[in-house]
Amino acid sequence: MPDHDCDVVVIGSGPGGAAAAHALTEAGRTVIVLEKGRNHLLAAEPPFAPLGRFSNDEIKFTRRYFLGPDPLLEPRTFRRDAADGEHLEIGEVNTVPSTVGGGGVHADGKLPRFRETDFRLRSELGAVDGAHLVDWPVGYDELEPFYTEAERLIGVAGDAAANPYASWRSGPFPMPPGPDMYVATLVTAAARRLGYHPYPAPTGANSVPYDGRPACNNCGFCAWYGCPIEAKGDPVVPLRRMLASGRGALRAQAHVTEVLIAPDGRSVRGVRYLDVDRQPHTVTARAVVLAAGAFETPRLLLRWGLGNPDIVGRFLMVHTQTLVLGFFRHRLHTHRGRSVTHLMDDPIVGDAASAAAAAEADLPALRGGVVEVGGAGGPVMEALALPPGPAHVEGMMRSHLRDRLAVLTMQGEDLPQATNRVDLDPRVRDVHGFPAGRVTYRPHRHELVTAEHWAPRLEAVLRKAGATGTFWVSSPPVPGHPNDRPGMRAPSSRHVMGTARMGRDPDGSVFDPWQRMWGLENLVCCDSSVFPTASGYGPTLTLVALAIRAARALASSL
Amino acid sequence: MTERRSHRFFDDAAWAVVAAACDRLIPPGDGHPGGRALGCADYIDGLLGAFGDDPPRIWAGGPFSGRAGGEAAFERFSTLSPLEELAWRTRIEGSRGRAEREWAGPVRGWQEVYLEGIAALGDDFCACGPEEQDRRLDAVPELRDLLYAHACEGAYGAPEYGGNRDGAGWAAIGFPGDVQPRGWTDAEVRGDA
Repeated sequence: MPDHDCDVVVIGSGPGGAAAAHALTEAGRTVIVLEKGRNHLLAAEPPFAPLGRFSNDEIKFTRRYFLGPDPLLEPRTFRRDAADGEHLEIGEVNTVPSTVGGGGVHADGKLPRFRETDFRLRSELGAVDGAHLVDWPVGYDELEPFYTEAERLIGVAGDAAANPYASWRSGPFPMPPGPDMYVATLVTAAARRLGYHPYPAPTGANSVPYDGRPACNNCGFCAWYGCPIEAKGDPVVPLRRMLASGRGALRAQAHVTEVLIAPDGRSVRGVRYLDVDRQPHTVTARAVVLAAGAFETPRLLLRWGLGNPDIVGRFLMVHTQTLVLGFFRHRLHTHRGRSVTHLMDDPIVGDAASAAAAAEADLPALRGGVVEVGGAGGPVMEALALPPGPAHVEGMMRSHLRDRLAVLTMQGEDLPQATNRVDLDPRVRDVHGFPAGRVTYRPHRHELVTAEHWAPRLEAVLRKAGATGTFWVSSPPVPGHPNDRPGMRAPSSRHVMGTARMGRDPDGSVFDPWQRMWGLENLVCCDSSVFPTASGYGPTLTLVALAIRAARALASSL
Repeated sequence: MTERRSHRFFDDAAWAVVAAACDRLIPPGDGHPGGRALGCADYIDGLLGAFGDDPPRIWAGGPFSGRAGGEAAFERFSTLSPLEELAWRTRIEGSRGRAEREWAGPVRGWQEVYLEGIAALGDDFCACGPEEQDRRLDAVPELRDLLYAHACEGAYGAPEYGGNRDGAGWAAIGFPGDVQPRGWTDAEVRGDA
């Protein structure tokens, strides 16, 4: 009788947990993955085929919580600071799917790497008042092989020569880029005329058949939707390979409630969870990987009283999203294609004008964020944004909020602040009776200055592309802007990071440079909780690369 | 008069009030059929009576509808887990004082919002002129806001949910609807037409 149920139990089946589970089974270790959401992604039996539940269905995916979490079952709360009281809002806050595959299911698969400077922000910028900047304990050069591996595993399409600001890479993308969306052809041509450098977005959707999965057929139901034809590779590929290895198991609707600690308090020995019938189970293991996402991971740690109590939950970062809208005379058919086909790094790199704006605001730089070139959502979302009555019909027939709309989204880097955090709501409970997670978040002055600097410049790009009118908002809102009102104050971003940062100093971090908890070394975090800073890029590829690195180190230690 | 197709929750009088109200929130004209003709009241009847069917009419099936090829599978609704059923019954029916539905306190269900709101609109709502109908709707903002959200879903969501009759909501606004497994060709993605 082995004295453990498996070598490693993994909490969470999103991109981080899936990548870790795959790396561990590849290294010969046995793994059980526990996912609190349902499995709509792949069959549990060979050949682990798709379950056929993902579809081009706006109701199911955007209005009825098909991917979870249902905010009635698992409410989250939000406040800007303690002056708002216990909470300002209850419901959905920065919600990422709770389902097998996690955030990889609903994301449109834009998977850029970070740049070298993103790993040494403190060295780049020096100290900034009100922020707690640090360098990462791992650098780009060390992570590069893992980025390469992650891109091959997931299947990322891109053009290695297209982005002049990209960091070095050891090889080409596994696939060439897919077709440019029409709106992107207009906007990128205008951006180039204004001196910017748009490029085809590295995308985790197949441009050609890859690894036994078909090429994307551009259906347009990409952001917010599961892929009906499995053209998105993340995280179905690592989960399927993990299952096919014979060393990995996946248990969905398994809600982890406790972690088992050894009597000497120096290691973890497994977890307890509730199954679909809310019956308790125990899984013992030689190590535990925590990959519940940067909202649920600190919530679990706070409930369990684990990790550096001065740090756990703090330094929450979400990206300040600046949405720049351009209204066009003709239809742009943004419902065809991969939601976003081009990115632009210019606001991340900065120029003389952004440097001057930074100096005027007494900031060392405006970090900006990647700009995504895309369109609006589906017609239900469009309709809900219009008032009822004749204006509804006029708006829907003209479609100035969808088919005649181009949207530039800047994923602005937000600086880590100790006061921005996830903690436990003192009053609101989830369906299991556990305290709801609560977000307390206010943007730093840096983010507001950055939004106000770049938004007009991005409006100029859209006007150059032919927009007859432009408009911008940010989330969280700039104080005093039209969207600074009840119901709109929580940041809408799904890029959640930083809530259990890693570092070289146990006093200033929760996890060590190999993502092992200080003082509890067989508890390893494989999600974006460990990010010391946010960069201005989506977190997924980086958290996957880090998960592979950490999981391989863990495997060799067992 | 739009023929009623869904008989799951409303009686005929309530259904007629909802259909008339949907036509004020999404009025017909200029080539748009309006909320009544699109079957928004059927969509809402199907939602409020979702648990009269098994599986309940919450999540349509997949992966394809048959409109762009493939087997028509949207009609085969998906099953809910016990927790998902608890959530959706609580949302639709309300917590009704049952302890197992009040983990976060009492929840007022959509059925109650509709029935009370319809009563407040009055038995003679359908016979009123449009201005009076608008005035009465404005007097019940809880119902009006919920009804508008549901009417938008019914008008432009997949027809399998009971609204958007024959895809007429999509046709009116020039939206192609679901397109899998056909998708779009590279030329259709790039081109200006």
